[in-house]
Formats: sequence, C-alpha cells, structure tokens
Amino acid sequence: MRDALNLALKEELARDSSVFLMGEEVAQYQGAYKVTRGLLDEFGPKRVIDTPITELGFAGLGVGAAMAGLRPIIEFMTFNFSILATDQIINSAAKMRYMSGGQFKIPIVFRGPGGSAYQVSSQHSQALESWYAYFPGLKVVMPSTPADAKGLLKSAIRDDDPVIFIEQERMYGMKGEVPEDADFTIPLGAAEIKREGKDATIVARSLMVPVALQAAEQLEKEGISCEVIDPRTIRPLDIRTIVESVKKTNRAVVAEESHPFASVGAEISAEITEQAFDYLDAPVKRISGADVPMPYAKNLEQLAIPDVAHIVAAVKEVSYL
Amino acid sequence: MTSQSTERSQAKSSPTGAGILDRPQDSETEPQEDRDTLVKMLHQMILIRRFEEKCAESYSLGKIGGFCHLYIGQEAVAVGAISVLRPDDYVLTSYREHGQAIAKGVSPQAVMAELYGKAGGCSRGKGGSMHLFDADLNFLGGHAIVGGQIPLATGVAFASKYRETDQVTLCFFGEAAVNQGAFHESLNMAQLWKLPCIYICENNMYGMGTSLERAMSFQNVALKSCAYELASEAVDGMDVLKMRAAVERAVKRAREESLPTLLEARTYRYMGHSMSDPGNYRTRAEIEKYQERDPIKVFTKTLKDRGLISDNDINEIEAQIKEEVDRAVKFADQSPLPDAQELYTDVYANPINPSE
Repeated sequence: MRDALNLALKEELARDSSVFLMGEEVAQYQGAYKVTRGLLDEFGPKRVIDTPITELGFAGLGVGAAMAGLRPIIEFMTFNFSILATDQIINSAAKMRYMSGGQFKIPIVFRGPGGSAYQVSSQHSQALESWYAYFPGLKVVMPSTPADAKGLLKSAIRDDDPVIFIEQERMYGMKGEVPEDADFTIPLGAAEIKREGKDATIVARSLMVPVALQAAEQLEKEGISCEVIDPRTIRPLDIRTIVESVKKTNRAVVAEESHPFASVGAEISAEITEQAFDYLDAPVKRISGADVPMPYAKNLEQLAIPDVAHIVAAVKEVSYL
Repeated sequence: MTSQSTERSQAKSSPTGAGILDRPQDSETEPQEDRDTLVKMLHQMILIRRFEEKCAESYSLGKIGGFCHLYIGQEAVAVGAISVLRPDDYVLTSYREHGQAIAKGVSPQAVMAELYGKAGGCSRGKGGSMHLFDADLNFLGGHAIVGGQIPLATGVAFASKYRETDQVTLCFFGEAAVNQGAFHESLNMAQLWKLPCIYICENNMYGMGTSLERAMSFQNVALKSCAYELASEAVDGMDVLKMRAAVERAVKRAREESLPTLLEARTYRYMGHSMSDPGNYRTRAEIEKYQERDPIKVFTKTLKDRGLISDNDINEIEAQIKEEVDRAVKFADQSPLPDAQELYTDVYANPINPSE
C-alpha cells in the first residue's frame, strides 16, 4: 500500500510542476511511514518540503498557495494532528470557493494515515472521516487496496477541489497488484463492488473492507452469499450503487471503525432506509467502533475495533438466523 | 526551499538584517510623491470614510445584514500600504476590510452590492461584508476567523516564491490576531523559508470590547518579531505618508530579497467593533483624543501646508466622492438578488454527482 501511494505521488509530482508536497518529516526523514521515500532525492527541496510541527500553519499555507494557483499535497503525519488544522481545512479550504462567489478553486490534497493504529491509545488512534464528510466543499476519500490507493490518490491530486485522503495506518503493509500505467486513475465518487453476492449487502470502507471480505468468505461456507461494497469516496457518496445492491439482497450491514454516533455509517443507514425501505427484509444493522476513546491495553483495543465475528453475527441478525 | 535553521540557530544577529529596524527619524520631510499620487491617496481615504458612513446609515435602514465592521479612523493604514503595490501584488485581510478592498481597486458599487447581498456584489452576494473577494485584482479576501488570513497570505507569498515571480503579499490583521497561534506559526514559516509577505498589524488597541492591556501580556507587537528574527517596524498608522514609507521599505525587502516584514501600525477605530457594539468600554474623551490626530485631517493639512491642494480642491473631491458613494448605493439598490439556483452553485469547482 505505501509503495502504491509513493508511486502515485511520484507520478503526479513528475506530471505537473505546480504540485508540491509538504509536511512533517516528508523529505529528509523520508516520511514517518515511508510513504514519501525517495521523493526529496528525485524532486528536490523546492517541491518536497519538511515543515516545522505547525499543522494549522502549513495547512493554511497550502490553502493560500492553492488560491494563488499551485496544487499542494499537505501530509499530516497522522490525521490525529489534522485536528489542529481544522480551522484552515473547514473555514478556508472548504468554503473559499463558495463565499467568493466561485472566484477561486482550491486544488489541495490533505493526506496521511488515519483510523485505528496499534496500541497508541486515545489521541493517536481514531477515525475522523465523519467530521470532514460533514462539510460541503470537501471531498473525502478512503482507499482499501493498494490499486485503489494509487488510482484514487492520483485523481485526488488532479481534482480541483480540496480532498481529504485518509490512508489506514494498519494497512500500509498491505500487498496487492498495482497498475504501473502512469495514466491509471480511479474516478472519485465511484463505489466498487468488492465481492458479489445475493443474500445480504455489507457496506465497508478502509480497514473494514478486508474484514468484511473475510466475513463474507466465512458466511459463504455457511450458505449465505454476501455482496461487499466499498464506497471508496465518502463524499460525494455513491449511494446509488449501495441502494441497488440492497434492492437485490434486501438486507444491509454497514461496518465502520468510527464511533457510532453521527457517523458515516449512520448516514448510509439513513439513506438506505429512505431510498430502499420497501425492499428491506430487516432493519439496517450498523457495526461500529466502540463508543469510547481508544484504549491502550491490547485486549481492550481489540474489543474496540469491529472484527470478522461482529460482521458475521450482524449478517446473521439481519437474516434472522 | 530548505530550512536555514541549523546554520542560523547560533547567530546572534541575523545576516538578513532582521529584527527591529532603525526607523528613519520622524522629522518632517518633504513627500517624495508627485501631486497626483498624493491627491489620489487623499481621495481614497475620504472615499473610504464616506463609504463607511453610508454603510452605517444603510445598516440602520436594514439594507445591510449580519455583521458590519467599519474602518473609520484607520483609513491611512490601508491607503498608505496599498498605494505602494503593483496591480499584480496580493492583499489578504480580515473581516474589517471594506477599506482594503476599495484601496485595492474593487469598485464601491461592487462592495456596496455585496453588503446588500446582491448578485452584483464582488462575491456575488455569497460572502457579505466579511468576505469581499476580487480574483482579477488579486484581492484575496475578506476572512472572518481572527488570524485565519495570516497562514493563507503566507501561502500566497510561498506561491510567488515557488513560481519565481517578484509579486509581494500584504496581509492585514488586528492586534487581537497576534494572540492567535496562526500569527506565530506564520511568522516562523515566513522567516524560515524567506517568503515575500508583509504582515501589517493594525493595532487599534481593542479586540472587540477587550483592551490591549487586558488581552496581551507584552504589548509591543513589533518587538514580537524578534522571536522569529524577522524584520519589523512600528509605524504611526494615523499618518498615511509614514505608513506608505514603511510599506515601501518592506515591499523593497520582499521584492528584491524575498524577505518578510512585520509592521505594527498604531491606529484607532472610532466606531464600535461592529454595528451592534455601543462601545461602552471606552470614553468619549478617549475617542476624541485620537480624532484630534484624524488621518484625513492630518493628511489634508500636510497637503495644504505644502500648497498642493486648496479648499476648493477639497470641496471638489468631496463632491466627486458623494457622487461615487451615491452611485454605489444606487447600484446596490438596483442590483438583483442572487437567483435561487445560486444556493447550490460554487460549492465545488469539479462537482461530482455519483447518481448520474
């Protein structure tokens, strides 16, 4: 996964000289998670820039540079630190076009790892996509495979709007085929059916996609055929693909790492209920991260994150089994 | 654009001449500018004053909604500073920005229509008083979170350096913004990366109703630049020529050496923080004390003393301005409301509708 992201960054830096990459430890240190490895050597310090630890400052600098015509990629070492920069992301990046009456475009990508990490407790392990997806003006993307990561990141960099691109910290080591074609992109706003099925729909994103696929495999052995859908872009959400699937399977489970309250899963559940109520044979079931700050202890941490067993149980619940 | 910090960290004085600069003596010097430039500056200052007076009137009539922060008393800062710029230089500022917008060339009609929430406004009725923009004039807003424009301006200056143009960026903000992290984070980056940004703190001594004394532990804003080894000056913000001269020095430094500067313009606002503020936190006597040094009064006297304008000229300027302001109000009145469909436009540059 990290090599796919690295390749996307490399190709887009090579393609467009107005693209630059900025963040903490992205250059000389080669990236805290090595996603930016080698980029300083290839593109030099003008285009790959180490920053002080000053998230609000460099996020705002990026938005200003975008107003003046550049295409910044702003890396947050983790999205946990983006919380310091939310004023610039929300009040500046998301709203500049609207409140100027369409005079400015803000082609900027805010990217970095997010979601649960391994035993780093509450402040370094959380899912923030629901926050960002709330705001009109932002696009929110979360890849679940190396190929998606490459194709979606390239589209995000080429897009003329601010994109929040959340990479799952636990998935950086994930292996998978990645197209080497420099023209390979995946459009934003397009969900993908990761596995076809007919008995129940599981909507999952980011880390929950491989978990849902494992659950589907297990359920297949028990005679339940699950369709797994990854929205890939959270905003704008491809609800049509999800609703079409539910109309076919008549049952829906939404799995996410987020806390349950006011989450993206809650939104998807509401949309399914509004758009496919008559097709549902059971209420939509949501599987979420525990409604607590992330604990440190390994056993508690495991309990806080949805796993295969949770999803299997949820599918059985909506199937009245 | 690499960090210079390691080689500079031990240096006691900066090789770039950063730090508090020795100001030229305050002695009265003959203005260097030609008469046209000076008269144009006076015209702009009076125009902004009369425009703002009209805003107060229109606000009371219910024609302007929301918040409306007037610039009366501070005109010398915007006019003196922006008079130095080339048309392709950038200006970013706060929500008290009618003055800067007009000084940068946005027409009073487009500003007034924006305040009226009309389609003919400079932000097409979507920004209002606090969010004036004109991309063609490189007037980049109009930002309403205290200090929010400071990192943005730093980024605009970054873009100029990145593209190797010699454009400079002026960033205006009030002294209350100096207490925000955004100010300190920006100054640090600007000096670290040598960005051609000029930070102009308009110290009017009140953050809404809270005086400087009650809000800032160390009240010399210009001296705060020392923390970042950045050049700075304190300027009499009531004197348009001193303001212009200081910004000229800063612009030269930015354009020729790509270096930032912090200017503290000491000024005063006569009106409340916004139209809803009765100003009970200060005395009439205090306001009158500053009005004795009124920037328009001072500048008019300078020009008259030097024989550059007569009372007749001033009457003529006032008459022209009355017409300009009346025209602005008429334009705003007659401009249509934004079409209802405009509610959903301009959210994205590249709208994606996955359902299509």
